[in-house]
Amino acid sequence: MTRRILSRLANPQLLALVGVLLINWLLFPNFFRITWQDGRLFGSLIDVLNRGAPVAILAIGMVGVIATKGVDLSVGAVMAMAGAVAATLVVAGYPAPVAVAAALAVGLACGLWNGFLVAVLDIQPIVATLVLMVAGRGIAQLITEGFIVTFTDPVLIFIGTGSFLGFPMAAVIALALLVLVTLLVRKTALGLFIEAVGVNRAAASLAGIRSRMLLLYVYGLSGVCAAIAGIIVAGDIRGADANNAGLWLELDAILAVVIGGTSLLGGRFSVPLAVLGALIIQAMNTGILVSGFPPEFNLIVKAALIFLVLIIQSPLASRIMPTRMPVRETSK
Amino acid sequence: MPDEQYALEARGIVKIFGNHVALDAVDFGLRAGEVHALLGENGAGKSTLIKILTGAYQPDGGQVLADGAPIHLDNPQQAQTHGIGTVYQEVNLLPNRFLGHQPTRFGLVDRRKMERESRGILRRYGLEIDPSSELGAYSVAVQQIVAIARAVELSGKVLILDEPTASLDRNEVERLFEIIRDLKARGLAVVFITHFLDQVFAVADRVTILRNGKLIESRALDAMSRTDVVRLMLGKDVAFSGATGVEDARPMGDVLLDYSQYGRKRSVHPFNLTIHKGEVIGVAGLLGSGRTEMARIMFGADAADEGEVSIAGTRTTIARPTDAIRHGFGFCPEDRKAEGIFGDLSVRENIIIALQGKLGWFSALNRDEQMEIAGRFGESMDIRAASLDMPIKLLSGGNQQKVILSRWLATDPAFLILDEPTRGIDVGAHAEIVRTINRLRDEGLALVVISSELDEVVAYSTRIVVMRDREMVAELNGENINPGVIVQAIANHRDEELA
Repeated sequence: MTRRILSRLANPQLLALVGVLLINWLLFPNFFRITWQDGRLFGSLIDVLNRGAPVAILAIGMVGVIATKGVDLSVGAVMAMAGAVAATLVVAGYPAPVAVAAALAVGLACGLWNGFLVAVLDIQPIVATLVLMVAGRGIAQLITEGFIVTFTDPVLIFIGTGSFLGFPMAAVIALALLVLVTLLVRKTALGLFIEAVGVNRAAASLAGIRSRMLLLYVYGLSGVCAAIAGIIVAGDIRGADANNAGLWLELDAILAVVIGGTSLLGGRFSVPLAVLGALIIQAMNTGILVSGFPPEFNLIVKAALIFLVLIIQSPLASRIMPTRMPVRETSK
Repeated sequence: MPDEQYALEARGIVKIFGNHVALDAVDFGLRAGEVHALLGENGAGKSTLIKILTGAYQPDGGQVLADGAPIHLDNPQQAQTHGIGTVYQEVNLLPNRFLGHQPTRFGLVDRRKMERESRGILRRYGLEIDPSSELGAYSVAVQQIVAIARAVELSGKVLILDEPTASLDRNEVERLFEIIRDLKARGLAVVFITHFLDQVFAVADRVTILRNGKLIESRALDAMSRTDVVRLMLGKDVAFSGATGVEDARPMGDVLLDYSQYGRKRSVHPFNLTIHKGEVIGVAGLLGSGRTEMARIMFGADAADEGEVSIAGTRTTIARPTDAIRHGFGFCPEDRKAEGIFGDLSVRENIIIALQGKLGWFSALNRDEQMEIAGRFGESMDIRAASLDMPIKLLSGGNQQKVILSRWLATDPAFLILDEPTRGIDVGAHAEIVRTINRLRDEGLALVVISSELDEVVAYSTRIVVMRDREMVAELNGENINPGVIVQAIANHRDEELA
């Protein structure tokens, strides 16, 4: 039992995160300092959790999509739409719960639209979701009428900047979502079905799996996750910026999933490892910021990381050393 | 006949993939002005031989000769310069491309001359189409002819047609044959690969038959009957006697299924089939005869567009695999790798997946239950795997097949459809699967088993249906269940149906 837990802790993603954090600590000795102030925790580590939460939430939705051999490029645009809807509604005087519900509904609708294109019309996922990636941001701009819609609604601001038991709300939401989705895919057969469709959709259909329904589910979930991330980002800046909210974050989410060991060719996936991937990315971002390097370095370091991940996952590497895909446990 | 001058000749060709001998010292000779049919079932080595003749593969032994002189083909472009052109089943032309050599003027493509020449070439093939129009807008038949025209203009000596008629209707086939006969009269050597016997006898002069990578026969077609050809392809030397089917004394069970005028356009003609409990119906027929298509619409993998089906006397609809599975059907597809296994998933997951699909996503089998089920079948089916948690793709073909069979047995089925369950698997697994088919029949299951192995079909079937040209053409009972009669039924011409 202990051995199994230990062996699971020794996965490359966790080691990579520890490595990045240690480098940050070398560059910025105060990196691990955490202080308690005004009833909440402060420090670079907390910053990583807080800033990493939106991408982590996107990755939770993205990992299921990628496991089915798909990809969802529209999540950044859906974030902008959800933020725009929530902000516009509270500004128009609707109560926050209504605004949040409407934003989530928009996210779900976007996800189901993507799922419809992929599952029913059989359009390649990268093209299908590209439609909404482009159109979504336009729609968000139409909703905000081209302005940055600022608001003072305390509930939305709390979602973006508040804290729970000292931890940033965004991180708490991401954690809750992580637990919820992990249980959903691993305590039911959804995870197995998703992997089966990703590995071999033809065989899945012949084995009696309703792959169309399943694709609708995973794209729907990705849309909802994007909407949640969009509400958090809007709450954080107290406004909806249709031009910049979630811009390029779909790429970070995909990178997080890939770092988490899920192949873009579909199949085996792990939700916790995808979240870990998001934290690795954010730890690098934060590390570069706090250690005083110009932010431009960020892109170069990220590119180097992508390169490294690609090499580790390449067929050549797997021939040299058989890499392990995330092992899945169906019971404790 | 070594001193004969061949336009294209292969001598003692050997091709080995891993530890599998795809071609074992195969000779092939093609004369100018003849249409030469190349026949063989799946895995016989036809496409490997073609790929060597066109330079796509390099042989591991033997040599290729053109007009008696050895040639070395490193790639398909070289084959072209030696006068060898190929047209594949899927037409692979650019949507808008010139047919012959590009005429140039001042170093630029002379567009007007190109169009004029193209039009002339197309007219010779009976096509009055604008050469500058998009090829994609025309029918497959036209595209096929344009592809032939291009191959002939560029190469001009040998034309290889790889299943050119697979997606053509009868008139289009006739049109194609006229062109082939015309090319033959012009002195071209034509290699013709097809699964349709009628077409072989309609257009070919000589035939070469391969089986399991070996040359079986190569001779003039007028000295052969259809029955000879089928027998050579399937490897049935036993003539009209031999093993008969399962003893008839067994009482037939209740009717389980009744397909009536069931069919699908462009796939399989409407057929009637009543299936009883405790019955194994063998399906015989050559590749491309519609046997797999029939299996697929029976299972709902393709939806039938005519006819009806009833289960235990009640009319029902089977439009999707889930419909079939709900009624207790199971289906082991022919292409195990593409449609059967989930390569990266474990043996355990591959076994429980259909049962889990039947239970739905919410009532998940936990790991212990999965292990119990997988372990039970692993033992009873003798699945040789180091661990039930290893990916199924690491297992041998035979063991993979046993896993897929176990997958359906785990759902406690009433009716199983097995498409070529013993193809490409080792002797031990082969015996195990045949044993399982017999056991399931004795337990009262109904089975439909498609197989090219006639000895095998004859051994376990209680009844045999024969498919030809996408049509069910014969149903054999009792002492008619023997390889000779089956070969006869497969080979029969459309007009002289078996009584």
